[in-house]
Amino acid sequence: MSNIPSELKYVASHEWIRVEGDGTVTIGVTDHAQDLLGDVVFVELPEVGADVATGDESGVVESVKAASDIYAPLSGEVIAINEELEDSPELVNSDPYGDGWFFKLKLSDNDELNELLSAEGYTDLCESEA
Amino acid sequence: MGSKTALYEKHQEMGAKLVDFGGWDMPIHYGSQVDEHHHVRNTAGMFDVSHMTVVDVTGTDAKEYLRYLLANDVVKLQEKGKALYSGMLNEDGGVIDDLIVYLMTEPGVAGEWFRVVVNCATREKDLRWMSDQTASFDDVALTEQPDLAMVAIQGPKAISLAKQSVNASREKLIDQLSVFQGLESEGWFIARTGYTGEDGLEIMLPEDEVADFWQALADADVKPCGLGARDTLRLEAGMNLYGADMDETVSPLAANMGWTIAWEPQERIFIGREALQAQKESGVTERLVGLVMETRGVLRSHQKVIVEGVGEGEITSGTFSPTLGCSVAMARVPAGTKDQADVEIRGKRVPVRVIRPSFVRNGKKVFD
Repeated sequence: MSNIPSELKYVASHEWIRVEGDGTVTIGVTDHAQDLLGDVVFVELPEVGADVATGDESGVVESVKAASDIYAPLSGEVIAINEELEDSPELVNSDPYGDGWFFKLKLSDNDELNELLSAEGYTDLCESEA
Repeated sequence: MGSKTALYEKHQEMGAKLVDFGGWDMPIHYGSQVDEHHHVRNTAGMFDVSHMTVVDVTGTDAKEYLRYLLANDVVKLQEKGKALYSGMLNEDGGVIDDLIVYLMTEPGVAGEWFRVVVNCATREKDLRWMSDQTASFDDVALTEQPDLAMVAIQGPKAISLAKQSVNASREKLIDQLSVFQGLESEGWFIARTGYTGEDGLEIMLPEDEVADFWQALADADVKPCGLGARDTLRLEAGMNLYGADMDETVSPLAANMGWTIAWEPQERIFIGREALQAQKESGVTERLVGLVMETRGVLRSHQKVIVEGVGEGEITSGTFSPTLGCSVAMARVPAGTKDQADVEIRGKRVPVRVIRPSFVRNGKKVFD
């Protein structure tokens, strides 16, 4: 069974969200997602300063197996991207919740946080897909 | 659940992720397919290829039968154990399968026989076709060998590490093997062949001995590798994958297999010859090329290839090349394609270089 930290929030498209408490969030893909993808070889991220809306295609993860879109789980402005992934895309596999993070958003609507799944909700979802 | 090879429990024990492959539960990787790929290029890796189909061809007409069945000519096998790569074609010249055939005896002796290894996904149609073609011969027998397991050990250190994992007589036999030759030793058939572009061995042995051999190889630091790495390695080596790069609707002349057709002697009749001759005379309109994308992204099969002013083609196999750090592919394109093309990737046109379909051999890049 994959690792699903209880302190994070999730969406059904397999991104995780860490709520930083200052109106910003950090986003990445879950351990379950990286396991399905296999070795990640390229990550395409949004531009810093870009405005994204919930559900927007905001990047692409390319693994040896397939290309997968990354969806913005929340609306806001991109305030940082993980530049390490340019040279070390394998961080998505080795540390999906840590050094393998994708980008940070400054939220435009805090209420959207209520729509996210808890670790428990995401665990149920993964099990129902298995 | 699919069929299981005799190494199934070893795979589970060694942490394999198992997937369905042609009805078999096979390892796709044991953690990281990219690490496994590098391991084969740098030292040595081993693959369970027991799912492949082994058919022995015996009888006084065995040679004449194979000369009729295959586009390549087994008469080229002039030393015991020598191997030949060939297409098996239908009457229209389409590729039913690609295979390896070994001469199992001294050439031309009484009792001369051959061993053929065909793909797993095509097993049933191959066996049916091969059996149907025996009708015009008096004395040919086909015997499948489903009880043989097969392990491929590949990489610059494959041979030396394999030698540490076998008994003295087999070690001696391995030393005698020339490239593309296989010989028998106490029930094991040991061949210096492979599907990775590296030196190495493919060993066929009884199922009940394979788990111990696999463990001995692991103890000698040969890393278990899955079908994922096998695919990126063969693609870098420019070796075709049946069902992706060619099939029954594709001529070997449009699949970079022209070199496997033995046109001489002209009086030899083989299945598909007439069709190929006609294609050659009217001109082959497509060819299989290699593509290299030097920008970020990964080429994938079925993406459209656009050759400005010439026409369009399609990627037949594409991947990220761990050795080169960029994406490479094989593509079927119009015959007039030069050295540049574009590939359509999710709605965007991305420029690629067109080269001969061979990217890496013996650990080194082979194009400029």
